[in-house]
Amino acid sequence: MHEMSIAQSILDIIKQEMEKNDLTKLIKVKIKFGRLTNTVPEALETGFMALTIQTPLESAVFELEEIQARYKCFKCGKEFSPEGTNRLLVPCPFCGEDLGHEVLAGKELFIDYIEAE
Amino acid sequence: MKVSVIRNVLEANDRLAQELKDRFAERGILALNLMSSPGAGKTSLLERTLADLKGEFKMAVIEGDLQTDNDARRVAATGAQAVQVNTEGGCHLDSSMIEDAIAVLDMAGLDILFIENVGNLVCPAEFNLGEDHKISILSVAEGDDKPEKYPLMFHLSSVMLLNKTDLLPYVDFSLEAASAHARKLNKDIEIFPVAARNGEGLTPWYDWLRKARAGKR
Repeated sequence: MHEMSIAQSILDIIKQEMEKNDLTKLIKVKIKFGRLTNTVPEALETGFMALTIQTPLESAVFELEEIQARYKCFKCGKEFSPEGTNRLLVPCPFCGEDLGHEVLAGKELFIDYIEAE
Repeated sequence: MKVSVIRNVLEANDRLAQELKDRFAERGILALNLMSSPGAGKTSLLERTLADLKGEFKMAVIEGDLQTDNDARRVAATGAQAVQVNTEGGCHLDSSMIEDAIAVLDMAGLDILFIENVGNLVCPAEFNLGEDHKISILSVAEGDDKPEKYPLMFHLSSVMLLNKTDLLPYVDFSLEAASAHARKLNKDIEIFPVAARNGEGLTPWYDWLRKARAGKR
């Protein structure tokens, strides 16, 4: 159920932003999440729907975009992504080093923008 | 109208976590967030740690569970302060639960605060609790591919305890493979094979605790 508490946090932020900008009708919300977070998009969307049903935010489009993991090799310093694979842990494609890559991207979870009127 | 937001979804939790961290730092308390799947041996490990180090440190435990106060009672039997937090179905602890728990804890003279998270390899990793370190516990009965399957928790942990090494002869678990997976995620992770049941291998863990505690003074 951790998607439910994340959905609640998203909703809290949206409400703050709408109030700040004097907006009352939410049209769309765009979330970006990193591949290394444990976010399950379907569960998050369901959570958001459950929290907004029969509220002014009900009809909003909930869009999620995954951010690919990106690493910096511990040994040769080159950057790479584990593309074309379901594996999160891959050796550096340049030098083969397996251990200790720095995570440059893939741990994010943020609201990118909202559309409202 | 389009409003650019760019706000971390968990900012409210992170903000409170930072406040808690500052409060722990003011008092020189070492705060540790213990995470594992259910049954990996968090409570047994704590019971032994609390009993073995009780002459050295004043310690307290916040016990997170979906229901019951069984764990808090087990821990309290060692003489340490224990506070039970029931998440009522929630899969992880968050900062507001820790804030509530420390309101009833006697923090005076406390050296180490253990926070035993809800048994779960997924959700607890996302929620900071104001701890100095995250500690992952993996038991050898679970399989050595767990760090690869649940990367975030191990990536964020300072220590991985490989518990139940007394069962190694009976299970197909490679300490080397589990360690290699964890180091791929986190090259600085400290790995201690232990058996909470018979006390084997606990000295390096205790030494790590002593060092981490000394760093808070």
